[in-house]
Amino acid sequence: MINNQSVLVIEAGRAERHYWRDLWRYRELLFFLAWRDILVRYKQTVIGMAWSLGRPLLTMLVFTLVFSKLAQLPSGGVPYPILVFVALLPWQFFSSSLSSAGDSLISNAGMISKVYFPRLVIPVSAVIVNFVDFLIAGVVLIGLMVWYGFAPSLRIFAIPLFIFMTFIAALGAGLWIAALNVKYRDFRIIVPFVVQFGLYISPIGFSSTIVPEQWRLIYSLNPMVGVIDGFRWAILGGDTQLYWPGFLLSIFLVLVMLVTGIAHFRKTEKTFADVI
Amino acid sequence: MPSVIAVENLSKKYIIAHQKQMGPTTLRDTLSNSAKRFAETLLHPFVGAPKNDPAHEEFWALKDISFDIQQGDRVGIIGSNGAGKSTLLKILSRITEPSSGQIRIHGRVSSLLEVGTGFHPELSGRENVYLNGAILGMSKTEINKKFDEIIAFAEVEKFLDTPVKRYSSGMYVRLAFAVAAHLEPEILIVDEVLAVGDAQFQKKCLGKMDDVGKEGRTILFVSHNLAAMKTLCNTGILLDKGQVTFNGGVEGAVDEYLGTDKLHKNEIHWDNIADAPGNENIRLLSISVKPKKGTVLNIDSGVLIEIQFYNTIINANLDTTIHLLTIEGVPVFASGTPLSRNHDSKEGYYTATVEIPPHLLNSGIYKVTQIFGRDQCEVLYKIGDVVSFEIQDTVIRGINMPRIPGVIRPMLNWSTDYLEKKS
Ligand SMILES: Nc1ncnc2c1ncn2[C@@H]1O[C@H](COP(=O)(O)OP(=O)(O)OP(=O)(O)O)[C@@H](O)[C@H]1O
Ligand SMILES: [Mg+2]
Repeated sequence: MINNQSVLVIEAGRAERHYWRDLWRYRELLFFLAWRDILVRYKQTVIGMAWSLGRPLLTMLVFTLVFSKLAQLPSGGVPYPILVFVALLPWQFFSSSLSSAGDSLISNAGMISKVYFPRLVIPVSAVIVNFVDFLIAGVVLIGLMVWYGFAPSLRIFAIPLFIFMTFIAALGAGLWIAALNVKYRDFRIIVPFVVQFGLYISPIGFSSTIVPEQWRLIYSLNPMVGVIDGFRWAILGGDTQLYWPGFLLSIFLVLVMLVTGIAHFRKTEKTFADVI
Repeated sequence: MPSVIAVENLSKKYIIAHQKQMGPTTLRDTLSNSAKRFAETLLHPFVGAPKNDPAHEEFWALKDISFDIQQGDRVGIIGSNGAGKSTLLKILSRITEPSSGQIRIHGRVSSLLEVGTGFHPELSGRENVYLNGAILGMSKTEINKKFDEIIAFAEVEKFLDTPVKRYSSGMYVRLAFAVAAHLEPEILIVDEVLAVGDAQFQKKCLGKMDDVGKEGRTILFVSHNLAAMKTLCNTGILLDKGQVTFNGGVEGAVDEYLGTDKLHKNEIHWDNIADAPGNENIRLLSISVKPKKGTVLNIDSGVLIEIQFYNTIINANLDTTIHLLTIEGVPVFASGTPLSRNHDSKEGYYTATVEIPPHLLNSGIYKVTQIFGRDQCEVLYKIGDVVSFEIQDTVIRGINMPRIPGVIRPMLNWSTDYLEKKS
């Protein structure tokens, strides 16, 4: 029964050599946790489904009203509701992931203090749950496009790339907040504020073309600007142009966020069980 | 033969925060503290940082422990509350990191530190089995294969699709344990999970663990149920304040534990009246607990409790009372007697003896509170937990015969009658 290959050494500060292999071994847990949260959401409330559909639709209506009808902002020839909805999709995915990944460790405290598994599983599964909502909302977008008789261009095939980028952005930021939340409980107050604020400073209710040229690079410091622009570029097609310097900056920032997020998470995860 | 588990100089330090309000660090505190420290550095640049921050104290839950466990050992880990048992198991299961030292483990470890971790009340029994299995490290195919067995073990077939929030707590625990019991690790680590569930169920769990042990797998088992531990385990490790004080046969570990445990002082006396507990009125000199018959305290030995004290109050009506409590603090009874009835107490030594008849107390650990009073209403002096004692059962109970429930175990008169055959 004993084979020497499988010796496990536990030591202080020992970087887990098998971390990624373990993460792979626990991939089923990842999906079980996501499945649990989705199941619970749809079991508990009939509103569960309506919630994933209703929230973006309502926000879209309000934004269309405020930015198009009242502020009379240009849409570049695209139906304004579609312009807004295309941006809302990644934003909502990002912002809900941020809140739920941020809270995920705390709400699974029992598991963390009683069972071993790579802790990364928890925030990642929280992001996956939101990804499912994102897909459902995507169906609404298709409905909307049919309604307006709006056909996307061939660029639509680039969309998985941008979805992936949103995923990375959501995960990177989520990991940072999740780890910080365990240590500093009052960090939770900051997140809703960031989310609220981000909704208005990101180009959701308007197209980022209205930002003056000389400010666009600075504007792209918000990584969601690049993500949203990418979505619009791929789905709306036509004369929508990508502002490349800004877009590349956003990609870079998203990657930095992910890499530092994982590093910070891994550095602190050893103490989660002690302080949670 | 190599050890399955080799622990070398293992230590675990916790930082305990003594804050005005307990709880985790808040960002605000951290920020304001570092601002304060920064200001102090500006004001007194040469003093340096304060060496020990009074708000954070180090606490060594485990201090420099070493031991080896061989293939197939069934190891009982015992120790009083806070001795570090759970901490040790958590380190072995990689839930938390040691502060120093090294552990080498050969083989797949499964640990069960809590029954039903990750159970979700809204999900059905079936869904929870899959979820909990995945949390404990089983793969979906593994769970599929064992699903029927798990359900049969838990005896919840009829409620498979009911949300577990509708389960009775017994059903819940049974299901949760059933999942864990079907893990197939080479090394099984179990912490105190049998404290839940009824006697019937505990028996089943112990039986299951016994099977696991018979298959030659290694078990580490923490429990306060010493009888179960004696039957289940073959070796024992005694932890005391984070250190290993005994490592050897399980019987030896249990004896050592009961012997060293401060709780079991059957007898206590003070040589010097001035140091004796009490006050200017009355001083307790000694109190002892002995079997009335034979040499061991057991169900049918009866118990004698003898109290000696020195009294300085004269011409009063004094009385003495004991309260008997279980180890968990449940009062069993209070009993007292007047020392003088006609306002004629004298200065000097007194003794009082009380007899608890055989077949009244159940097996278990009891503690005594001593009270001296006046006129049967005024308390002159009271001392809690002054002595304690353990009543043994007359038969060894373990897996097949758990402790009979109840605080008392009186021998009552029964009558039975045969009436007639159904016509
Ligand atoms: N996360 C933590 N932070 C600070 N102190 C802790 C933490 N976990 C445990 N301790 C302390 O470490 C000591 C050992 O705790 P542990 O849970 O290992 O005891 P135990 O032997 O399992 O006791 P019991 O029999 O009550 O379960 C205790 O004094 C406890 O307060
Ligand atoms: Mg414990």
